[in-house]
Amino acid sequence: MSTPGTGPLVAARGISKSFGGVEVLRNVDLDLAVGEIHALLGENGAGKSTFAKILAGVHRPTQGTISLAGSPVEIGSPIDAQRLGITLIHQEPLSFPDLSVAENLVIGQAGGAPLKRVRWSELAENGKRLMSLLGVAIDVRQPMRGLSIADQQMVEIARALASDSRLIIMDEPTAALTPKEVEMLFVIARRLRAEGRTIVFISHRLEEVRAICDRVTIFRDGEKIETAPTASLSDADIIRRMIGRPLGEFIHRGTSHVGAVALSVSGLTLPGRFENISFDVRKGEIVGLGGLVGAGRTDVARAIFGVAPAASGSIAVNGKPVAIREPTDAIANGIAFVPEDRAIAGIFRTLSVESNITAAVPDRIAPHGLIRRAAEKAIGLEQVRKLRIRLASLRQPIGELSGGNQQKAILARWLLSEPEILILDEPTRGIDIGVKAEFYEMIGDLAAAGRAILLISSELPELLALSNRILVMCEGRLTAEIPRAEATQEAIMQAAVPRSGVHSHSAGAAA
Amino acid sequence: MSLVRRLARAREAGILVMLVLFSLVVGLIEPRFLSGETVRIVLLAIPLIMVAAMGEMMVLLARHVDLSIGSILGFSAIAAGMVFRDHPEWPLFIGFAVAILSGAALGFVNGLIVTLFRLPSIIVTLGTLSLYRGLLFILSGSKQIDPNDIPEPIIRMAQTSPFGIPWIVIIAFGVALATWLFLTFTQVGRQIYAIGSNPGAAPLRGIRVVPVTILVFTLSGALAGLAGIIYAARFGYVNPGITGVGFEFTVIAAVVIGGVSINGGIGSVAGTMLGVLFLGAVQVALPILGVSGFWQNAIYGGIILIALVIDRTVRAGGIRGLLARGTA
Repeated sequence: MSTPGTGPLVAARGISKSFGGVEVLRNVDLDLAVGEIHALLGENGAGKSTFAKILAGVHRPTQGTISLAGSPVEIGSPIDAQRLGITLIHQEPLSFPDLSVAENLVIGQAGGAPLKRVRWSELAENGKRLMSLLGVAIDVRQPMRGLSIADQQMVEIARALASDSRLIIMDEPTAALTPKEVEMLFVIARRLRAEGRTIVFISHRLEEVRAICDRVTIFRDGEKIETAPTASLSDADIIRRMIGRPLGEFIHRGTSHVGAVALSVSGLTLPGRFENISFDVRKGEIVGLGGLVGAGRTDVARAIFGVAPAASGSIAVNGKPVAIREPTDAIANGIAFVPEDRAIAGIFRTLSVESNITAAVPDRIAPHGLIRRAAEKAIGLEQVRKLRIRLASLRQPIGELSGGNQQKAILARWLLSEPEILILDEPTRGIDIGVKAEFYEMIGDLAAAGRAILLISSELPELLALSNRILVMCEGRLTAEIPRAEATQEAIMQAAVPRSGVHSHSAGAAA
Repeated sequence: MSLVRRLARAREAGILVMLVLFSLVVGLIEPRFLSGETVRIVLLAIPLIMVAAMGEMMVLLARHVDLSIGSILGFSAIAAGMVFRDHPEWPLFIGFAVAILSGAALGFVNGLIVTLFRLPSIIVTLGTLSLYRGLLFILSGSKQIDPNDIPEPIIRMAQTSPFGIPWIVIIAFGVALATWLFLTFTQVGRQIYAIGSNPGAAPLRGIRVVPVTILVFTLSGALAGLAGIIYAARFGYVNPGITGVGFEFTVIAAVVIGGVSINGGIGSVAGTMLGVLFLGAVQVALPILGVSGFWQNAIYGGIILIALVIDRTVRAGGIRGLLARGTA
């Protein structure tokens, strides 16, 4: 390992990359110092992940050179990268669920002859040693299947240590972690930095970047915009460089047109998930639902929509009690639900964009049971224009669109059914900052048009910017209801973090 | 975890229980089933399936399937039989080599097509099932290898050996042992499990998926070729239109009953051996019980479905158990 002060660990010069004639990286120069944590920032599609994958040997650059510790290298494959001491930790850990943790740590490691003997006791010893280096208690003999995402990531980091990597690239490692797990990851990242390893950290969360990164490099449209010490840039500076234009402050439309109660739930309980949940959402109102991941917010939304109904409690729509046993009941009562996990619960990946958009309104495209292509196309086009969905063709499979545009298409689907009550679960997760602003505007417009909106979000600024009122859940209970005027990040976190028996229960009275 | 509990958890335990229960029930109905003679007949019936099942298991572990093994078996048996018939003066091992190498070559072609053109193996091997069967008709001129063309020592392999156990049984268990060593103690063996467990991750982890996949198909072909010799030894003839027809279903049934997941990554040699034993026991039990041969296919099919349902149920419980432990 080279000593600090002898020049950068990685020096990339003039890196360009094209996929099928489309240039996704243009002439990027970038130095990574020994023993630093370096953030790569940029909107989705800005080129940061492509750059990381070039370093890790997943892609080869169309042009440009990379030097490692002063000598030029050719990184032709993930095996080459590993041999050179470069490990990429993917967003969703790439593991082999049927193999043991110990095997996952070493399989595919460079230099193993195909018929080389596998020594199981050595394997287990090695695994235990690496786990104790990281200070995590994971039984290395158990299969990967069943490990939490956080534990899987720890195994990935251990794998990087197993091959004594000098450069560890983490692609959005915190996306699926709880705050506590994030803190643990940061402790380990700092320790790796102290050992003189270099870490590349890709994230959308600026506060995390501030917490841990020494320097940031900002990408936009395939080009490197700037590399600077993190402390020298404000959040506004970073965002401006990422989107190339100042982020228009979302202007809240006020609460003047809030009308009658549209959705009222009282005493909703599902044992083990949530207990005694009561609140109202009025027409024209956006009610935020905050809390930590796992607090039960999504479970409440799924109960209201009939995916997993509550065991007791009641739901009323426009003052009338309704029985919701399955999603079709909810839809019939004018409720729409945009779920958190697009890939699993939201889209029909291989179907066209137009089919996805019109999926919730079969009567409008097939009045007599047969689909009328013209109607489908017309409705699709209208929505694409209205929501500014960026696509090549309406008939394109929706899986090919970017995350933000997929999300818009799902929103379009539910808007078509003209719901009176809209439940949005983490609507902007994994979406570019630029598209986020559009989304905020759209959500505001929907409320202004008289819809009742329940917004679940883990991003406090988002809750604060959009909500008329903010409800906070903690461990299955409502722990606070905060009016817009009094809402601060501190107030929300106070109510969201589990503590022993100090919660003021102010929400029950709302019903 | 105690040894007993660990054993109870193992997938193999379920198959063993099924095998024991089945034997007891048949034994109750027809006591002569539980005899040394039955064991002998079962042991003679299974080598053919066991040898090919080891190859098919490796293919399934890598999340592929090889439907062409019946045709490969037929092709290799014909090729070896023609060597025996047309060149009786050549040493016997040349016939063996021809069978194994021709099987390996046909398996290699399967692997090549699957990896080169990234085609699903179920379709590719469905094609080669037909292709290889056609080639074997052309090769043999549609003529059967008669009993008197097959050398005496080959026939004796199915009857005895210096150790009292017929050679084909020794060969079958030898192949199983070698497969176990290969899958458990070599890098490439573990990589086969890894590829089937997560095909997308394998290349990113530096596993050379293409050569390993081709190797797996080649081994499957070679073992089907070896099974061709065992066929000739056991039945004393090779017929282009009969030998190996439908064989792939029997073998896949044995492997799946043995707990090998069709989604790859899960399965063991012990389980596969038990699956083969179970099918062998069923094969022998049916005539003893007086069940007509016409029922055999239907019963095999039923057993496969039951095995799949049990497997799915057990695994669902297993995952729930894991989650419960994780949150406790």
